[in-house]
Amino acid sequence: MSSEAAAIETKVRGYILENLLFSSDAAELPNDASLLERGVIDSTGVLEIILFLEGEFGIQVKASEMLPENFDSVNNMVRFVCRLQGVV
Amino acid sequence: MCGIAGFYGPTPATGEEARATLDRMIRTLHHRGPDGYGFHVGPGIGLAHARLSIIDLVSGEQPIHNERRNVWTVFNGEIFNYVELRATLERQGHHFYTQSDTEVIVHLYEQHGDAFVEHLNGQFAIALWDGERRRLLLARDRAGIRPLFYTRAGANLWFGSEIKSLLAVLPQCATLDPLGLVQTLTYWGPVDPDTLFKGVRSLPPGHLLAIAADGSETLSQYWDWTFPSTSKHTGTDGGRTHDSVEQATAELRALLIDAVRLQLRADVPVGAYLSGGLDSSGIVALIRSFTNTPVRTFSVAFDEAEFDESAQQSAMVHHLGTDHTTLHCSRRDIGEAFPQLIRHTEAPLLRTAAAPLMLLSRRVREEGYKVVLTGEGADEVFGGYDLFKEAKIRRFWARQPDSRFRPRLFERLYGYLEHSPVASAALAQSFFGKGMQHLDRPIFAHVPRWTTSQRALAFLSPELRASVGEWEPLAWYEQRLPSGIMAWSPLARDQYVEAKSLLAAYLLPAQGDRAAMANSVEGRFPYLDHRLIEFANRLPPHWKIRGLTEKYLLRRALAGLLPDDILKRTKQPYRAPDNPSFFFDGEPLDYVADLMSGARIRSAGYFDATTVGRLFDKCRRGRVIGFADNQAFVGILSTMLLDELFMRQRAA
Repeated sequence: MSSEAAAIETKVRGYILENLLFSSDAAELPNDASLLERGVIDSTGVLEIILFLEGEFGIQVKASEMLPENFDSVNNMVRFVCRLQGVV
Repeated sequence: MCGIAGFYGPTPATGEEARATLDRMIRTLHHRGPDGYGFHVGPGIGLAHARLSIIDLVSGEQPIHNERRNVWTVFNGEIFNYVELRATLERQGHHFYTQSDTEVIVHLYEQHGDAFVEHLNGQFAIALWDGERRRLLLARDRAGIRPLFYTRAGANLWFGSEIKSLLAVLPQCATLDPLGLVQTLTYWGPVDPDTLFKGVRSLPPGHLLAIAADGSETLSQYWDWTFPSTSKHTGTDGGRTHDSVEQATAELRALLIDAVRLQLRADVPVGAYLSGGLDSSGIVALIRSFTNTPVRTFSVAFDEAEFDESAQQSAMVHHLGTDHTTLHCSRRDIGEAFPQLIRHTEAPLLRTAAAPLMLLSRRVREEGYKVVLTGEGADEVFGGYDLFKEAKIRRFWARQPDSRFRPRLFERLYGYLEHSPVASAALAQSFFGKGMQHLDRPIFAHVPRWTTSQRALAFLSPELRASVGEWEPLAWYEQRLPSGIMAWSPLARDQYVEAKSLLAAYLLPAQGDRAAMANSVEGRFPYLDHRLIEFANRLPPHWKIRGLTEKYLLRRALAGLLPDDILKRTKQPYRAPDNPSFFFDGEPLDYVADLMSGARIRSAGYFDATTVGRLFDKCRRGRVIGFADNQAFVGILSTMLLDELFMRQRAA
C-alpha cells in the first residue's frame, strides 16, 4: 500500500471509529468487515460516510457509484477513494 | 377524563391518615383533573379522583356508588355508550343519582360482575371497590388509551393514573429498572407490565386485575387484537367474510360514522386535530358531513419542509370550512418543552414528536377546549405504516431472492425523508435484505426498526448491561405473543406487534394521553373504537394494503368526503426535528449541556460517558442525520431527564 493509500485508510478508520462506532478501540474495526452486516451502518450511515469522503478527499460520488461494494468496509472505501483520486 | 389513585390494604390505619395520603397522591395528578378532587375512604380502602369535567358538569363528581353504597368506583376516561347502557340498566331496575357516564360502571358491575367491562365502549382506567366481597378491581381499556399503574408494598396494593402518584407515597420506587430501559431503547416503549420504575407495573390493555380480601391477585385478559387464521379467510367459520368490497366499504363507513357520533358525546365543545393526512382529515370530514356538531380544528406547523404539512392542512381547512388554529412550532420550542414532556411521559422517548403535540394541547386549552378527536390508530387498524409495506416487499422478494425487479419496490417507500434509506437502490437492498433469516418469525417486520433503535444499547454502561444479563430482544418479545400468531396472515402478525409495541407502549401514552393531559385536554380516538378494530381485523389483508396502496378500504370508505389529493396522498408519518432541537449554532441548551456532561452521565451510571461524549459532539457539529444516532441521542437525553426529574429527587 502506498503512503497516500495508508493516509486515506487512517482518516477513514478514524472517522468511522469516532463517528459511527463512537469508540477508540481499533480492534472493533477490522478493515475487511462488512459494516452493513455488522449493523455499524444502515443506509443513512452510508450517506454520512459519503458526505465525509466528499468533504475530506474532494471527490464527487455519483449515484451510480452508491453501491455496497464501494462503501461496505474500510478496504472498499479506501480502494474507491484511491481510484477516484488516481492513487495507486 | 381525570386522574385516579388509591390503595387497598392495612395502611394507613386511620381515616384521617388515609385521607391525607390520598390527598398527597392525587395532587400529583392535578393536571389530569383540575376541576376538583373527590375521595372515598373506608376500612382498608382508599379511592381518590381528580376531575376534568366533560360529561354531567353538575353532578358528575366521583367517587360514584351504587344504590346500596357497597360498590364504589373512580375512573379516568369516557364510556361513550353510557346513554344506551343506562337505558338498559334502568329497564333492569337500577336507579341512577347522576347524569354521568361513570355511574353505569357500578350498576353494570352489579348486573354482570367482572364481565361488566365487556359492555363498555370507551377509553378507560377504572378502580372499582366491592365492599361486600372486600375486593378491588382494576380495569383498563382494550387498546391501552388510558394508563393505570400499580405496585405492592408490604400488604398494600397502590395504584394511580401516573407513576408520580405512587412516588408521592413510595419514594423508594424512584429507581430505574434496567430491563425497562433496554426494552424502551429497543422496542420504543417498556413492555407491559414492565415500566422504567423498579417494582411499578402497568396494567396491560384489555386486562382486569382483581385483588381479593386475602391479598391474592388475579390478572385476566378480557379482550385482545385477534385475527382469523389464514385458512379461514375463504371459509365461513371463524373470520367473517364479506360478499364484496363494496359491501365491506359500506359497512366500514357506517361504523366510522357511528364511532364518531359516539365520541362526540360531551357537555363541552369538541375540537379536532388536523395533520393534513388522510386519517385526521377523515375524522373531521365525518363530523362535518354526518353530525351537527360544530368543530374547531387545530394543527402544528414546522419551519422545516421535511416535517411541515401546512399546505395539506390549509387545503383541508378550506375544503371543510372549519374554524382553524395553527401552532407554529420551532426547534427551540421543542427543545425547551422537552423536560416538561418527560415529566409527563415518565419514560424515555426516542423521538421528539410528542413535544409539539404537548404544546398544541396547551393551545387547545387556551382556546377554551377540553376535548379533541384525532386520527390516531388508523395506521395500526387499517394497515397504514411503511413498515407493513416494507415487510410485504421483503416477503415478496424472499420468494424470488434472485429477482432484480422485486427489491426495486423499496424505492417506492420513504419518499418523505430527506435522507432516505432508499436513496440508493443497491444500498436499500443491502439494508432491507438483512434479517431475511427471520422470515418465518412473528417479529419479522420489526427486525429492521428494532435493529436501528437497538444501536442505542452500545452507549450503555458495562454495569447496566451486566445488570440486565442475557437478553435476546427478538426471542424475548416473541415469548409474549399469542401462541396462535403464526396461523394469522403475515400482515396480521405485523399489525399485532405494532399495536402492542408502538401504539400501546409509545404512541398512545407519549403522543396521546400524556401529551394532552399535560394541559388538561382529553384526546379521543374514533379509529380505536373496538368495533372498528374487530371489523378491520376480520378483513382480508389485500383490502388493507392493495398492491402498495396503504389503507385501501379506509380510503374507499372516505371517498366523496375528502378532496382527491388528500384521499390519494401517500402516508407521511408525523415527525419533528430530533437532535437539532437541542443545539443552536453548535451550542447545546443549558440543561442538555448539564445532563449530557461526562460527570453527570458517570454519576447516573446508566451510560458510558466516553461514547456518549462522542455522540454529543457529533450532534453538536450538526453531523447526525440518520435515525439510529438521532434516536440514541434523544433516548439518552430523555433517560437523563428521567433521572433528573424522578430518580435524583429521591436521593435528595
